[in-house]
Amino acid sequence: MEIFGVPLNALYAQLLLGLMNGSFYAILSLGLAVIFGMLNIINFTHGAQYMMGAFVAWVLLSRFGVNYWLALVLSPLIVAAVGIVIERTMLKRLYHLDHLYGLLLTFGLALVIEGLFRVQYGISGEAYPVPEALTGGTDLGFMFLPNYRGWVVVASLVVCFATWYIIERTKLGSYLRAGTENPKLLQAFGINVPLMITLTYGFGVALAAFAGVLAAPIFQVNPLMGSNLIIVVFAVVVIGGMGSILGSIVTGLGLGLVEALTRVYYPEASAVVIFVIMAVVLLLRPAGLFGRES
Amino acid sequence: MKISGNLIASFVLFGLLLLAPLAREAIYPVFLMKVMCFALFASAFNLLLGYTGLLSFGHAAFLGAAGYVTGYTIKALGFPTELGLMAGTVTAGLLGFIFGSLAIRRSGIYFAMITLALAQMVFFLALQMKFTGGEDGLQGIPRGKLLGFIDLRDDINLYYFVLAIFGGGFWLIYRTIHSPFGQVLKAIRENEPRAVSLGYDVSKYKLVAFVISAALSGLAGSTKSVVLQLASLTDVHWHMSGSVVLMTLLGGVGTVLGPVVGAATVIGLENKLGDLGNWLAGATGINALSTIGEAVTIVTGLIFVVCVLTFRRGIVGELAALVKRSGVNVKSE
Amino acid sequence: MHRRLIALLASAAVMALGGGPALAQGKSVKVSDGVVKIGVLTDLSGTYSDLAGEGSVIAVQMAVDDFNAQNKSPFKIEVIKFDHQNKGDISANKAREWFDTEQVDVIVDLVTTSTALAVMEVAKQKDKITLVSGAASTPITNEKCTDTNVHWTYDTYALANGTGRAVVKQGGKTWFFLTADYAFGHSLEKDTSEVVTESGGKVLGTVRHPFPGSDFSSFLLKAQASGAQVIGLANAGNDTINSIRQASEFGVTPKQSLAGLLMFITDVHSLGLNYTQGMYLTTGFYWDLNDQTRAWSKRFFDMKKRMPTMVHAGDYSATMHYLKAVLAAGTDETKPVMAQMKKTPINDFFAKNGKIRDDGRMVHDMYLAQVKKPGESKYPWDYYRIAQTIPGDEAFQPLSKSRCPLVKK
Repeated sequence: MEIFGVPLNALYAQLLLGLMNGSFYAILSLGLAVIFGMLNIINFTHGAQYMMGAFVAWVLLSRFGVNYWLALVLSPLIVAAVGIVIERTMLKRLYHLDHLYGLLLTFGLALVIEGLFRVQYGISGEAYPVPEALTGGTDLGFMFLPNYRGWVVVASLVVCFATWYIIERTKLGSYLRAGTENPKLLQAFGINVPLMITLTYGFGVALAAFAGVLAAPIFQVNPLMGSNLIIVVFAVVVIGGMGSILGSIVTGLGLGLVEALTRVYYPEASAVVIFVIMAVVLLLRPAGLFGRES
Repeated sequence: MKISGNLIASFVLFGLLLLAPLAREAIYPVFLMKVMCFALFASAFNLLLGYTGLLSFGHAAFLGAAGYVTGYTIKALGFPTELGLMAGTVTAGLLGFIFGSLAIRRSGIYFAMITLALAQMVFFLALQMKFTGGEDGLQGIPRGKLLGFIDLRDDINLYYFVLAIFGGGFWLIYRTIHSPFGQVLKAIRENEPRAVSLGYDVSKYKLVAFVISAALSGLAGSTKSVVLQLASLTDVHWHMSGSVVLMTLLGGVGTVLGPVVGAATVIGLENKLGDLGNWLAGATGINALSTIGEAVTIVTGLIFVVCVLTFRRGIVGELAALVKRSGVNVKSE
Repeated sequence: MHRRLIALLASAAVMALGGGPALAQGKSVKVSDGVVKIGVLTDLSGTYSDLAGEGSVIAVQMAVDDFNAQNKSPFKIEVIKFDHQNKGDISANKAREWFDTEQVDVIVDLVTTSTALAVMEVAKQKDKITLVSGAASTPITNEKCTDTNVHWTYDTYALANGTGRAVVKQGGKTWFFLTADYAFGHSLEKDTSEVVTESGGKVLGTVRHPFPGSDFSSFLLKAQASGAQVIGLANAGNDTINSIRQASEFGVTPKQSLAGLLMFITDVHSLGLNYTQGMYLTTGFYWDLNDQTRAWSKRFFDMKKRMPTMVHAGDYSATMHYLKAVLAAGTDETKPVMAQMKKTPINDFFAKNGKIRDDGRMVHDMYLAQVKKPGESKYPWDYYRIAQTIPGDEAFQPLSKSRCPLVKK
């Protein structure tokens, strides 16, 4: 059977690939959305932090012999610590200002971080091996699925929905949400709001770094790996609705699929399709697919 | 009529620019022309950000598209230079009308995102269409003769031509800001609901401001393609849209001369940082300093950071504030 | 004052000798403004900074030092560098400024076609020399050729020709292309397709991916579905690197084999032999070719801590040939130097009997290399087995097919 000249099996395979890319978009845009929702900062450093996650994993492996599984925990913690320093020393001075300043500051930071990594490691990057337990693949009949890719989808979906659950369904999450609505009131209840903000930023950054570690065995670890991704992920967040947790997850996955379909029918346009969708969505539903109109 | 500080500073600036070719050994005219093109670009952008409060993240599209159209019409269709420039400017204006009509329905970050999305589409077209030369770009665009007899291949002739364009564009922006129309724009920036309640058709004002800004950005792009005889993808890439924000912010958002200072600084950095590094290495004997030139992006990033953290009003904005504080009685408006 | 006097005496001497090449001791060279200035315009910070970049500056400086040592510093030589950031407008602007205000005589390296074309155009107008080593596309010596340019190291035609022909000969009859969607990718794909068809192979299809990309899996699946024996990677840099990794991930290789149409030793180094083993590629230079290349490369390695790419070696060779031509011509004026360069064969560790054609192509032998298996690699950077030396006249586009207007037919 064929759909518009493409065999159904091939289409399944492409959609599955779309889901894999979508899970990267989801986890990255989730981090951006969490940060935006809580701090009102558009974190343009996200791409650089994703790259740092991958690099830290690589350094841990090659310098200290730390394996993949440990890196999956350690690397996000290390990158988050760096993020927290950034938040404490710079970002916190900008909360009362227009979005523009946060965006520009983080954009500048991204340039600096990527530049420093380039000076240190060169541009061709480093190859991170697929962890032993996940090498090889499974034949699904319509395609050969590398085990590692399967793991990526599972891991990121688990992390995404755990995050969603914490924020939307737990007490801690309710504090967070209250913090975005009315920080002063929350403070009056005896909750340390600045600390909460700092930790939230750290968490958002950790998500980026986590995605970076997931990506390391698939993509070459190089200083610019995040710089083109950031703008796509940014578009995902806008389409989903700035600050919407569920929106960013669902949109991330959905756009992965849309991109996959574009790759089947008009591959040249697969880089631009997201922006077409963004323009259309913003014109029809200005607050994004899942955002609330303010 | 009050003599404003801006006016005096502008006159000084143009006086210096008029005399600059006398010192052509020290200051390279083509470099100055490039700076003027970007100064016009940043000033046009500032008309939107600084005086209307609209942050466009897609202005590279106007700069780049106009450059391509000018390059193509002059090189392939044999247009005279001035007609080619006009073609580019008009294209950018039309593009601005399309962008504007779609984007002004939204505000804030959503406005920025729509302009970004549309600009990405222009980038895609520039990469795909045949006439742009794709990744290779258009080279060897002839500079031609102005009005059929002034040979623009001569750097000095071209310099004064570019200066006239820059001066004209700058004057137009200055007049726009200080006209009743400009006052309404500022009112929209300060308090949009109030402007609406006063009976102004806010959308129409925003759209006109957007189209003027786009057309002048286009003029800058067209002129640049004649000066450098080149149109390339760099000018339509989103980094360029970010770059113009940096220029404006660094110089001072909402100041008349800020974007000019900002553009000169950023372009100077791109072109001269390497030379500065080599010079420092030569002067101090520390060889490592010669690698500063490879750190343009790092330095650019640092400037962003420092600027946002310490002097958000920009160079010109901070200077004006300093002057005001020191009690010198210079009116800034 | 002194310098001017010397220059005057020098020119008088040249005139006295009839302006002919005076190779005898105490020979005088008439150099404008007293110094031969070489500008290295390259990518010092971006995507191509490993394959060119600082290494190119080092290679040019090595050539200058060697030239001075061999010829007792007959004239003053200066090397300046600039990071063109892969942007055409910055390159064109800097080149113009160098020619106008710094009296730069020659610009070397020029990685990426867009910057090379932009600078060549400026150099043509200003009547100065460009020696392109980094950029790859064939328009440089075809539609866009100039009489002041030499394209030194390689081009897409030679790569396509070498790899395409060899792989078909090894039995890779059916091809599928993974092409970066821009001018360079298209030209690489087109050149290779022609060679493949000519040698009796067949092109089953092609897919074009946005540039730059990061995930190539869906394109690779298309290639897999095509059933082609060979997947031609008509892309470069990180795109190639990621394509190769993901091909192995999805089990595309080793069932189907990959042909990297533009790969540098730095790419192989960063990917590692596990991913790249068995691949064929065409290169203009390999450090471990013979004693001469090894000696030079070791010197380079001592400074850069990496083995040189063909671009680096080409930069050295081009600079050296240029300086010798200045010495022989007794002047640094463009026309006589170009004439001298074109009439002298190039013989150094990089090229054997290389010659510069009217379209600006420097024709020299190319090498078809196969990447070694991890077990075969005996020492660091021991990556290639040279499968075949492709004679220059076969490697490059024949002059009869040239679309360069300078070629008299």
